[in-house]
Amino acid sequence: MFKEKRNLRDAYSSALIELGNKNKDVVVLDADLALSTKTKRFGTVFPDRFFDVGIAEANMMGIAAGLATCGKIVFASTFAVFATGRCYDAIRQSIAYPCLNVKIVATHAGVSVGGDGASHQMLEDIALMRALPNMTVIAPADATEMEDVVPEIANYYGPCYVRIGRADAPVIFEKHGEFKIGKGYILKDGDDVAIIATGTMTAEAIKAGEILKKEGIDAMVVHMPTIKPIDKKVVEKASKTGRIITCEEHTVIGGLGDAIAMAIQRKPTQMHRIGINDVFGESGEAEELLEKYGLTAENIAKVAREMI
Amino acid sequence: MHEEKLVKEIKRTALQIRKWVIESIYRAGSGHPGGSLSIADIIACLYFHEMRHNPKNPKWEDRDRLVLSKGHACPALYAALALSGYFPVDELKNLRKTGHFLQGHPCMRKVPGVDMSTGSLGHGLSVAVGMALAGKIDKKDYRVFVILGDGELQEGEVWEAANSASHFKLDNLIAILDRNGLQIDGPTEEIMHIEPIAWRWRAFGWNVIEIDGHNIEEILDTFHNIKKNGKPTIIVANTIKGKGVSFMEGTLSFHGKAPSHEQYMKAISELEQEERELDV
Ligand SMILES: Cc1ncc(C[n+]2csc(CCOP(=O)(O)OP(=O)(O)O)c2C)c(N)n1
Repeated sequence: MFKEKRNLRDAYSSALIELGNKNKDVVVLDADLALSTKTKRFGTVFPDRFFDVGIAEANMMGIAAGLATCGKIVFASTFAVFATGRCYDAIRQSIAYPCLNVKIVATHAGVSVGGDGASHQMLEDIALMRALPNMTVIAPADATEMEDVVPEIANYYGPCYVRIGRADAPVIFEKHGEFKIGKGYILKDGDDVAIIATGTMTAEAIKAGEILKKEGIDAMVVHMPTIKPIDKKVVEKASKTGRIITCEEHTVIGGLGDAIAMAIQRKPTQMHRIGINDVFGESGEAEELLEKYGLTAENIAKVAREMI
Repeated sequence: MHEEKLVKEIKRTALQIRKWVIESIYRAGSGHPGGSLSIADIIACLYFHEMRHNPKNPKWEDRDRLVLSKGHACPALYAALALSGYFPVDELKNLRKTGHFLQGHPCMRKVPGVDMSTGSLGHGLSVAVGMALAGKIDKKDYRVFVILGDGELQEGEVWEAANSASHFKLDNLIAILDRNGLQIDGPTEEIMHIEPIAWRWRAFGWNVIEIDGHNIEEILDTFHNIKKNGKPTIIVANTIKGKGVSFMEGTLSFHGKAPSHEQYMKAISELEQEERELDV
């Protein structure tokens, strides 16, 4: 049903270069993964505003903070597992607490990293970053949206965490200019159940909506790119269906599901969180892993049927 | 050599800072006197002579920056900022009090003149590297100072930062190591050795200068003579933890403890005695 696939890291680097052309204050950092995160492309165009700090992620976060105190808009990138888990204290103390203008753009989040296995499959980053005051948390769904996220967060003052996966992702959005921090998107209206997804899972949620439609179940499908601050209005609309399914390529603890539960804590709504159920990942092909952990349209549809 | 008058003024300021360290920690009922007193002379030299800064314009873009990486020693920094005119000296009486702005560890969003929030050891040098890099990108001539604890050097990130500073040729970065020899659990060399310290920093590509961190003339001369040779500089300042208060000097127990009323009175009277001796 989706015509083409594009890579969000490619979108990230093109958007960074475009931004770098417009704004001389943009500085990009990486920690020896600049080829994988694709920030190297920015470094090639703007060698004076790109620094590879080597394999020293916490140091990178501190350097980002120092640059930001001097008026720079800093994009710091590495894999999600290193960007958050390894640097939590540096981010907490030197970026979130002083509320500095640092954008942590983390790639290779989730189990779909594949073969590298659990050590590289970051499943708790949303929970960690969500817990930090001042931190905005974003998981775009496709390359179009990623191209909008980059200038949008550069325009906004404050720390942001953006998580993207490794794989090419179906193109969901055809036009630019939609993304706004804190806004949720009802992609399909419906009365029977609401499926709310973020990041890589939004495409699956859309597919699940189609499957259910064929069966006569009218599902609302919501894309929630900003996990913090959450769009309460959209969540409240979703809660009117009485049933919410949340979908994220992340542990079910502390991520999108919890953010939504918090937003409607006084509304009587059945909730089911689809995500990784408190286990570490393992090596395998991305698609097989997503299947194994139930991160598929078929599983979302199954859960919906059970809830109705 | 610096004028006698200047040296005397700074000695007097350092004593004022020490008195406020004792006063503010006593009133707060908690805090870190030992490591605050050991940096009082260095802080006095920085804020009252060496650093280019403007208390009327704390965010002045061309100012020299200071990152107090050993953030627990902030009573000394707060005193220097207040005495410089960043905020009323009377505020020092409200250290660590609910609803007041002088937090137990420095907060750049609350205190004018604080360039970076610190408190978790090991991060400050990285931040200073970022500030120094920004200075290079913008072709500005400000310098970045960072004060490190000797126990703090046991944190691995310090060495990541040290490596990056020399790699990026940050000769606008000056670290000061407060080598007071003590951390919380005991002497640094017993807990986890950091010697040979000068040798280690030299191996990381830094200029290393070793000084007496309580000798005002020597501190001023050292700052004055730093060369811009494409390398960051570290001043290994040999100091005494608790310096200036007889019963705090070299003692572990006053790392993070407020003085009792009697101890407070004794400390203040010792410091006042020293002040009187300056005048004769
Ligand atoms: C990461 C971290 N671990 C532990 C502490 C608790 N702590 C506060 S001060 C201190 C000892 C610091 O020793 P040193 O760096 O030598 O400072 P100084 O003796 O000059 O006060 C410790 C362990 C901390 N603030 N940060």
